[in-house]
Amino acid sequence: MTASSSAQPPRLSIGDLRGSPARRRKEFGVRLLFLAAASLSIVISFLIILSLAGEAWTFISQVDLPLLIERGWFPRRDLYSVQTIVAGTFTVAAIGMLVAAPLGLGAAIYLSEYASTRVRRTVKPILEILAGIPSVVLGYFALQVISPTIVDPICPGATEGFNMAAAGIGVGILITPLIASVAEDAMYAVPRSLREASYGLGARKRTTSLKIVFPAAISGIVAALILGLSRGIGETMVVSIAAGATGGSLFSVNPCAPGQTMTAAMTALATGSDQVRGATLAFPSLFFVGMLLFIFTLALNLVADRFVRRVRIRY
Amino acid sequence: MASTPRAQARTGAESVRRAIEGGRTDWWSVTFQGFLVLLLLLTLGVLAWLLTVVFVNGVPVLAERGFDFLTSPLASRAEAAGVGQAIVGSLYLMFFVVILSFPLGIGAAVYLEEYAHDSWSTRLINTGVRNLAGVPSIVYGLLGLAIFVVALADFTGGRSLTSGGLTMAILVLPIVIITSAEALRAVPEAIREAAFGVGATRWEVVRSHVLPYAAPGIFTGTILSMARAFGETAPLILVGAVIGGFNVEYDSVVGTLQGRYTALPTVVYDWARKPASFGPNVYAAIVVLIVVLLLVNALAIYLRNRFEQRW
Repeated sequence: MTASSSAQPPRLSIGDLRGSPARRRKEFGVRLLFLAAASLSIVISFLIILSLAGEAWTFISQVDLPLLIERGWFPRRDLYSVQTIVAGTFTVAAIGMLVAAPLGLGAAIYLSEYASTRVRRTVKPILEILAGIPSVVLGYFALQVISPTIVDPICPGATEGFNMAAAGIGVGILITPLIASVAEDAMYAVPRSLREASYGLGARKRTTSLKIVFPAAISGIVAALILGLSRGIGETMVVSIAAGATGGSLFSVNPCAPGQTMTAAMTALATGSDQVRGATLAFPSLFFVGMLLFIFTLALNLVADRFVRRVRIRY
Repeated sequence: MASTPRAQARTGAESVRRAIEGGRTDWWSVTFQGFLVLLLLLTLGVLAWLLTVVFVNGVPVLAERGFDFLTSPLASRAEAAGVGQAIVGSLYLMFFVVILSFPLGIGAAVYLEEYAHDSWSTRLINTGVRNLAGVPSIVYGLLGLAIFVVALADFTGGRSLTSGGLTMAILVLPIVIITSAEALRAVPEAIREAAFGVGATRWEVVRSHVLPYAAPGIFTGTILSMARAFGETAPLILVGAVIGGFNVEYDSVVGTLQGRYTALPTVVYDWARKPASFGPNVYAAIVVLIVVLLLVNALAIYLRNRFEQRW
């Protein structure tokens, strides 16, 4: 493509190198097709924001604002206490993180620093399989197995098996592979020379892992935790099945009690009956909650993205 | 034994190690490593526990009802209900994903990796794709509800198979773009330069050199994204996958596309909320779901190992 030097035959022009017009037209057409495909993601982003914002605005402009701080989420009775579902969301996500952070980080440190190549090659696909288990399955598992065996001894008489603790543990299991894989990537990317310098000073493997590799990879590890939290907040099916409150819910942050998250509130509205599009504000409230959820997760993802990029720049 | 040179060297290394450590075992290190192993085993143990519970409870139902369970329609009695409609619905949804997400996603990845220069528009597209991949799946359900179910009701038929399929296709698109872009990035620059060197245009380079070499990676990624769509429930609930029961009305193409539908994970969700008599059915449906997903995953892993290129 670059211009030829003076030693070349003089008569060859750029026009000769370009090829026939038909070939150029084809090239241009193909490029346009690919560009259109790529631009579609921007279009979808805008459509998401537009569709959420439109109905969310209908909701905000028509609802009695004091209703938003009532202590209960009962959309069919026009009680839209946003704090109830936000509190439920963060309760479940916090329990999930309590489960997933130690499990995921422990697995990540072991796989990155201790495990032999053979163990890595066996365990990583198994973790991928765990990551691929559908959330409905984990939801049913949380309700039928985790709730009676793990939660019941801690919270005696938890109502009929429905509680936020079981849902939280289910969410934790779901995000453990995500945290493990992102954190492991970050630690694995730490250059060997750092570890060797540490060993050269006589440090043990434990000291090297915890005091050298872990701090060097801290950006990626924080990113892993934030991504896990974001996934936990957006998780729907585990909570819909295991946390209980299908129709509505009172304000609660007690893990032993049933609760409602933003996501579960949306499925409850959609499955309760076909009259979601009735005269009440139930239909627009769906989009208002979705908007909140979208903003929460987008903010978390943007922060995580910044952390991930910091690792990439450094090594 | 101790006479071979290798064994002597090993005892030598052992004695040096002991001399440095002062003849003591560092119990903190042992405890720490044991703790890490415990955490990993706990994670793997949960998976084993889950699979055991599911198979122990689900396989008997499948063994007893056999083919009948896989072909029966939804029903209000647990003994009669089956996953026939759900399997058909899930396959239709996968069809939408394959014919829409795969070409569009791979095309977008080719543009981003092979054509785009580093400009503000490219960065905008890249940011858009990454953010879309992090959007909770239920938000895609809201998008589908607002656009396909309500705004385009005349075309899609409202809460129809088309609405569900289009929503699924959009949900999977960013994952296909990201995995395909990774596969394209792994093809070395020298391959492209060789083709440019003999006078190929960019499209010719992509078609004849880059895509064939990236194909295994692209296939693995797209197959895994299809598995993700297969297990997805939340958006389908919002865009109206049927919960309860419905009559089969697959009489014409348009009728099917605008007709009601359900999917395997949706049925699991519906039955999970039903009385306890449906319990064995839920497990059996989960077995079907998980067996399909494990097969798809195994196929992807096989493809990756079989065709993996090391440069």
